[in-house]
Amino acid sequence: MIEVNNLHKSFGETHVLKGITTSFEKGKTNLIIGQSGSGKTVFLKCLLGLLIPDEGEIIYDGRFLSKLSITDKRDLRQEIGMVFQGSALFDSMTVEENVMFPLDMFTKQAKSEMEDRVNEVLMRVNLEEAKDKFPSEISGGMQKRVAIARAIVMKPKYLFCDEPNSGLDPKTAILIDNLIQELTQENDIITVINSHDMNSVMEIGEKIVFLKNGLKEWEGTNKEIFKTDNKAVTDFVYSSELFKKVRQMYIEERN
Amino acid sequence: MLILLFLRLESQNVFMGYLASIGNYSIMVKEVFKKPTKWSIMKNLILKEIDELIYGSLGIIIFISIFIGGVVAIQTALNMTNPLIPKNLIGFATRQSVILEFAPTFTSIIMAGKVGSYITSSIGTMRVTEQIDALEVMGVNSLNYLIFPKIIAMLFYPFAIAIAMYLGVLGGLIANVMGEHSTTAEFIEGIQIDFIPFHVTYSFIKTLVFAFLIATIPSFHGYYMKGGALDVGKASTTSFVWTSVAIIIANFVLTQLLLG
Ligand SMILES: Nc1ncnc2c1ncn2[C@@H]1O[C@H](COP(=O)(O)OP(=O)(O)O)[C@@H](O)[C@H]1O
Ligand SMILES: [Mg+2]
Repeated sequence: MIEVNNLHKSFGETHVLKGITTSFEKGKTNLIIGQSGSGKTVFLKCLLGLLIPDEGEIIYDGRFLSKLSITDKRDLRQEIGMVFQGSALFDSMTVEENVMFPLDMFTKQAKSEMEDRVNEVLMRVNLEEAKDKFPSEISGGMQKRVAIARAIVMKPKYLFCDEPNSGLDPKTAILIDNLIQELTQENDIITVINSHDMNSVMEIGEKIVFLKNGLKEWEGTNKEIFKTDNKAVTDFVYSSELFKKVRQMYIEERN
Repeated sequence: MLILLFLRLESQNVFMGYLASIGNYSIMVKEVFKKPTKWSIMKNLILKEIDELIYGSLGIIIFISIFIGGVVAIQTALNMTNPLIPKNLIGFATRQSVILEFAPTFTSIIMAGKVGSYITSSIGTMRVTEQIDALEVMGVNSLNYLIFPKIIAMLFYPFAIAIAMYLGVLGGLIANVMGEHSTTAEFIEGIQIDFIPFHVTYSFIKTLVFAFLIATIPSFHGYYMKGGALDVGKASTTSFVWTSVAIIIANFVLTQLLLG
């Protein structure tokens, strides 16, 4: 379990996170949702230790992030996989080299052993045929899948994704969402996903944390989110025209 | 009065800004040497950078040095109106200017543009596309991974400057022969008289310092840049200005220390 206690983060005058408390469980896809600029990325970067919070604590299965020595932190990092918003693939490397990078960097495996693992992971994300291509030569959806492959190649216990389906067409987006959920269940890992996409909320929102102005406005599951009376949440949920219509139909039907 | 006060406060702010940057730059340089990347990976990175930074610059270095050497010879010849001055001065002046300044300093300013903008834009692009964050999340010391191989590759820069020195003098000789300013024998005699070996040492010490500046200042500007793709271009320009300024100041200080 990852526990987050009273997390604060400011940049100069701007107070971005104003005391967030929540927790994320194993084998579940946890969603952080909220409008652009609500602090989702900052929150995730604090979890990763890329940003140091001003106040509050992050606890990885009993390990207090702030109290870890540099070596322990390094060990923890190797249990973490991260999918960045823009994929963040190394553009000077092929797909295969990108996925192999963490293995090459941190394990003493033989080349053939690493290749086997890379093939296995690429097969899992359906990308065997793109192995020798460079990131600039493949589509956004494929780049995202490479990023996921790179994130899981070290068999992480924790997986973080920053808007994994932003910039993708709806169909590809759902494929990516489902892939992440399957990987989470198959490997029994803790997955935390940033999103502002209502489709993702519907599909994989096993736990949802709604951020607004740096505060946790609401939390619950994707079943509960459609029943809540919280004004901020309903505003967010029904900001999509489609959902607005569906809700209207639902209300009309009920009356 | 108020304007003066304002200017004073402004200049103080600007000055503090520079001081802070120099401080951050020093911290960065220290971090580059910590937590080294696995050697099998680092080795390839270094070879790639040698290819990119040194080998890839040889063409322009060769081109510039031949022509600059030629111009120095022509200028000296044209300014020798007094028939009492020995003709071997052309060779002598060419050798001195090329070895002392044109090969090490002039070439380095050009490299601050060519190599520097490559370094700033490649690291800057990695910053804005979160590739640097990706390295850090994996537990890689990104400063070491990105900048150390560039510093090591630039240790080979003095070889390029040695070529520049040789070709600069050769360019002077060619211009001298083509313009019939003095005989080849006189020119070669000029190249050899009053030769002080320490001048070459001085030049190579300078070159090594410039190499370090060319590897690290553009890296600093790329690594700590903020913003998007457009800002990568701006960072490259800023980095060129500061690298050149640093080279010129270092040149002055080293000349004062070593020859003054
Ligand atoms: N490094 C930073 N320096 C200053 N402000 C930042 C920094 N990173 C994020 N912010 C600010 O924090 C707020 C939240 O940003 P972010 O977490 O990226 O939002 P989201 O991911 O939800 O769209 C924004 O107002 C942004 O300007
Ligand atoms: Mg974001």
